[in-house]
Amino acid sequence: MSNPNQTIPGQYRGNFLREVEANVEEGEWVKMCMQCGVCAGSCPLGPYWDYPPQQIFMMIRAGKREEVLSSTSMWMCTSCYNCMVRCPRELPITHIMHGLATYAKRIGKAPQTPITPRFAQKFWDNLTVTGRVNELKLGLALYFINGIGEGIQTAMKMQDIGLGMLKTKRMSPFEILGGHGIKDKAGFRAMLKKAEEIELAKIAKNQVAGV
Amino acid sequence: MADIIKIGAYLCKGCGLGERLNIGALENAAKRAGKASVVRSHGFLCNQEGVELIKADIEKEGVTRVVIAACSRRAKTEAFRFDEVAVSRANLREGVIWIRPDTKEAKETTQEMAEDYVRMACAEVRRMTLPTANPKAALNRRILVVGGGISGMTAALEASQAGYGVTIVEKTDRLGGWAGRLYKRVADRYPFADPADTGVADMVKAIQSDAKITVHLNALVSRTSGAPGRFEVEITSGGAATNETFGSIIQASGFTRYDLANLPEMGGGTLKDVVDQAGLEELALAAAGGPIKRPSDGREVRSVIFVQCAGQRSEKPGHLPYCSGFCCTTSIKQAMYFKDRNPEIDTVVLFSDLRTPGAGGEDFYRNGQRKGVTFAKGSVRAVVQGEAGPVVQFQDEILNDSVSMPVDLVVLATGQVANAGVNIENAPESAESVQKVSILNLTYRQGPDVPQLKHGFSDSHFICFPYETRRTGIYTAGPVRRPMDIAQAMEDATGATLKAIQTLENAGLGRAAHPRVGDLSFPTFRREGCTQCKRCTVECPFGAIDEDEQRYPQFNEARCRRCGTCMGACPVRVISFENYSVETVGQQVKSLEIPDEFSGKPRVLIFACENDAYPALDMAAQNRLEYSAYVRVIPVRCLGSVNTIWLNDALNNGYDGVMLMGCQKGENYQCHFVKGSEMAYYRMSKIGDTLKGMNLDTERVTTYEVAITDIHRIPKLINDYIAMIEKIGPSPFKGF
Ligand code: SF4
Ligand code: SF4
Ligand code: SF4
Repeated sequence: MSNPNQTIPGQYRGNFLREVEANVEEGEWVKMCMQCGVCAGSCPLGPYWDYPPQQIFMMIRAGKREEVLSSTSMWMCTSCYNCMVRCPRELPITHIMHGLATYAKRIGKAPQTPITPRFAQKFWDNLTVTGRVNELKLGLALYFINGIGEGIQTAMKMQDIGLGMLKTKRMSPFEILGGHGIKDKAGFRAMLKKAEEIELAKIAKNQVAGV
Repeated sequence: MADIIKIGAYLCKGCGLGERLNIGALENAAKRAGKASVVRSHGFLCNQEGVELIKADIEKEGVTRVVIAACSRRAKTEAFRFDEVAVSRANLREGVIWIRPDTKEAKETTQEMAEDYVRMACAEVRRMTLPTANPKAALNRRILVVGGGISGMTAALEASQAGYGVTIVEKTDRLGGWAGRLYKRVADRYPFADPADTGVADMVKAIQSDAKITVHLNALVSRTSGAPGRFEVEITSGGAATNETFGSIIQASGFTRYDLANLPEMGGGTLKDVVDQAGLEELALAAAGGPIKRPSDGREVRSVIFVQCAGQRSEKPGHLPYCSGFCCTTSIKQAMYFKDRNPEIDTVVLFSDLRTPGAGGEDFYRNGQRKGVTFAKGSVRAVVQGEAGPVVQFQDEILNDSVSMPVDLVVLATGQVANAGVNIENAPESAESVQKVSILNLTYRQGPDVPQLKHGFSDSHFICFPYETRRTGIYTAGPVRRPMDIAQAMEDATGATLKAIQTLENAGLGRAAHPRVGDLSFPTFRREGCTQCKRCTVECPFGAIDEDEQRYPQFNEARCRRCGTCMGACPVRVISFENYSVETVGQQVKSLEIPDEFSGKPRVLIFACENDAYPALDMAAQNRLEYSAYVRVIPVRCLGSVNTIWLNDALNNGYDGVMLMGCQKGENYQCHFVKGSEMAYYRMSKIGDTLKGMNLDTERVTTYEVAITDIHRIPKLINDYIAMIEKIGPSPFKGF
C-alpha cells in the first residue's frame, strides 16, 4: 500500500495504459473493462494469482507499471477461456494475458519464481528446431528445469506413466536422437524470421514514438 | 322518473347458476324481501334476448331500478349497462357458485348465500338514484404550465400540437431552465458518441412562434383557486398581476442546485477549483469550445477528477439519501468536453456504482472509455488544497489503495433537490424548509402546494399513476416528481400533458378524473345536519373540500375523485353520492336474516375495496378456490369510504365479525385514492374502545391489506377468520 500523502507521478494518468496499448497484443481493450469482476470470479486459477484480470486492468489504468509487469498473474493463465466467454464487455482477456506476459518477458520484467516463463522459453526453443514439438525432450526439459536432483526425482515418479506411453506407442524413445520434423523446414524458418521482423519493426516504431 | 321506485330483478340461469341454485327460491327472495315488482329469470341473461327483456321492462313496465342477479359486477359490463336506470348486481357466479363446492352438504349454505346477495342487491338499488353530471362543470381548453424548463417547454409544445392553448409562467428572465444553462447535453441518439446540442434554442423558437402559447417571464403564480375546468390563476410579474382561467395545470417547477457548502470535506464552498456539475457547465460555456480554464487562476485545466455521488446516496445529515440518476452520464459527458478537445488531458471519474440509465447510457459510457476517460471505483475521503491546486484523497476500492492525486480541477457530481414548494403535511423541521416558497399558492383549505411524498418530491404513485398528484387537475412533470435527466423529463412532460388534457375534457363533461374516470356521481352533504366538525375537509385525500364563509364544507366536484373518504369520515353521516351512500350500504347490511346462535352458521361481513380486494376475490373464484359460505361481501369504492356506522349496524344486528380489505398504505402505498386505506386503518384503530364498550372481542373487526395479486391468500384469510370466529363463539348480539 502506498502512503496516502505521497503522490506518485503518473498514477491514473494513463501513461502505462498507453504503453500497454502500444506494445501488448489486444492492449487497446484494457480501457474498455468496466470492472464488473466477472472474469475474476470465473477464473479457475484465480485463487493462485497475484491479481485477477479485473484488478490487472485497473492497475494498468492506475499506472502501476512495476507491479503489473513483474506479477505472476498472466503467467498463471491456462488459456481455458472461461473469462473471455463471460466478459460482458467482450474483452479478449486470455489474449491480453498472453500479450502482457510476452511484453513483460521481452523487456526483462517477467518474474523468476513460477516456472511458466522459463518453460515457455523451453517450449519455444524446442518447437522452432524442427517445426514440431519433441515431446520426449520437452518433458525431460521440464523435469530438469529446477536442477538435476529434482529432475531425477520427478523422472522416477513419472516412470510408470512413461513406460505405459512407450508401450502404447504414444511416445517413441528414438525421439531423443533428434526426432521427426516438418517437411519444409526452410519455409518454416523463413516464416519465423518474417514474424520477428514485423515484431521488431513494431517495437522500433514504438520506441521512436516514445511509448 | 328517479322518484318512482320500481324494481326489476333479473336472474340468470346460465353459467351453471340454474343447475346449482334454486332459482324459484331466489325469485321469491327478490319478490318478498327485495320487494321487486318485476322478477324474471332467463337462461342466458347477457345475450341479446336477455338484455332486450330488461330493456323492454324499462320502457314498457316503467322499471326504474334494475337488479342483475348473475355474474360479478366486473363481468359483462357492456351488456348490463342501462344508462337510464340505477343498476345493482348480485354476484351469484364469482361470489357464490364458483367459490363453493358442488356437493350435497354444501347445497343449503350455498343457496343461503345466493339468496342473501339477491336481498342485498334489492336493498341497495332501492336507495340508489341515477347520478347526474356535476352542475358546475366548465370546459376550458387552456393549460397552465408552471416552469419554462425542458419539462415545461415540452408540455407546452405537446399541448399546443394537440390543439390546446398554453400559458407558461417562468420565474427567471428566460426559457430553458437548467437545460438552457448547459454547454451540451448527453447524446440522445445513436451512436451515443458525443455530447449533443441541448435543443433548447430550437424549442424556445418554436414556442415564440406558436400563437397558442403565451409566455410570462419573471413571473410567479401568486394565487390559484377553483377546480379542473375552472382554475382561476393570478400571475404576478414585476408587481403587476393578471388573472386567467385554465382547465388544468402542469407543474414543471424542476429542481434546485444542491448547496456545495454542505460538502466542506470535499472542498465544496471552500476551494475555488472545486465546482459542481452546473459549475463546470458555466466554465465550458465561458470557454466556448476553447480550453476550459479553472476558476482560481484562469489556467487551462490539464487534469480533472469527477467525484460521483457527492453528498448523495448517503445518510449523513445534510446529504441526499437518494440517487439522482442523471449525474453519472453527465460526468461522462463533461469528461468528453475535455477529451474531445485534447486527449492529453487527464480525466478520472471516481464512482461507487456507475449508473447510466436509458437506451444509450451504456453506449455513451463505452464511448467515454474509448475516448480515454479513466474510470475508477473509489471513495473520496477529502479534497484539500495542495501546492498547485486541489488534491483528491481517495481509496481505490478495487485495488484497496489509498491515493492522493493532485489535479487542476475537481467536479462534484451533486444531486437534484426537488423544487416542489411548501411541504404542507409535515411541520417543517429545519430552518431551510421554513423558507421554502410556495409554487402554486393554492387557496385550498389543505395548503398552498401539492402534497409531497419522500425527500421533498411531489407525491405521485411511482409506477401505477406517475403524473397524478393529490390535487385533481394538477399534474407534476420532470424533476419535481423524481430526479431525472433531459430525456426522461421530456417523456414525463408528454405524459403529464396527456393527463392534463384528459382531465380538462372530463371536467367539461362534469365527469370524474382518474381513477374513476367518467364517473358522474359526486358527493353532496345535508347542510342542516352538518356539525362543522371539519373531518371531511381534513381527510379528503385530494383537497377537494374547502370551507365557505359560514365554515361549512364546500365541495368542489371537479376536484373530487369520488373515493367516498369524506362519506366514511362524516360522524353525522350527512355526506352521500346518488348511487353510493351510507344508506345504499347500510341497508344491504341490514337486509340479511342472521341465523341464531344455535344454528352453527356464523355471519361475517366483508367490506372489500373494489380496486384490488374485490378483483382478487373474483379471480380466486375464476380459479375455483373455495372459501366459507358464511361471509357476505360488499364492494366499496375505497376502504376510506367505510363509515363506522356500518360496523355498528353489523355488530348490533348480530354479525359475528367484520373484515375490511383495502390496499397497502404508507410510503409504498397501493391505494388508488392514496390516503383512503390509511384513513380507514386510522379510524379502525380507534374503534377498539367502542367494541370493548359493547363487550365484544376486538378481533370482531379486523383490517387487512390485500393486493390484487393475493388470489390465493384471500380465501385463506377468509377461512382463517371464520375458524377464529368459530373459536371465540357467536356474537352476543344475535337475536336482539
Ligand atoms: S469480465 Fe470483462 S468487464 Fe468485467 S472486470 Fe473482467 S475484463 Fe472487466
Ligand atoms: S483464460 Fe486464463 S485468465 Fe481467463 S479464466 Fe482461463 S486461466 Fe483465467
Ligand atoms: S374524500 Fe373523496 S369523495 Fe370526498 S370530496 Fe374528497 S375526493 Fe371527493
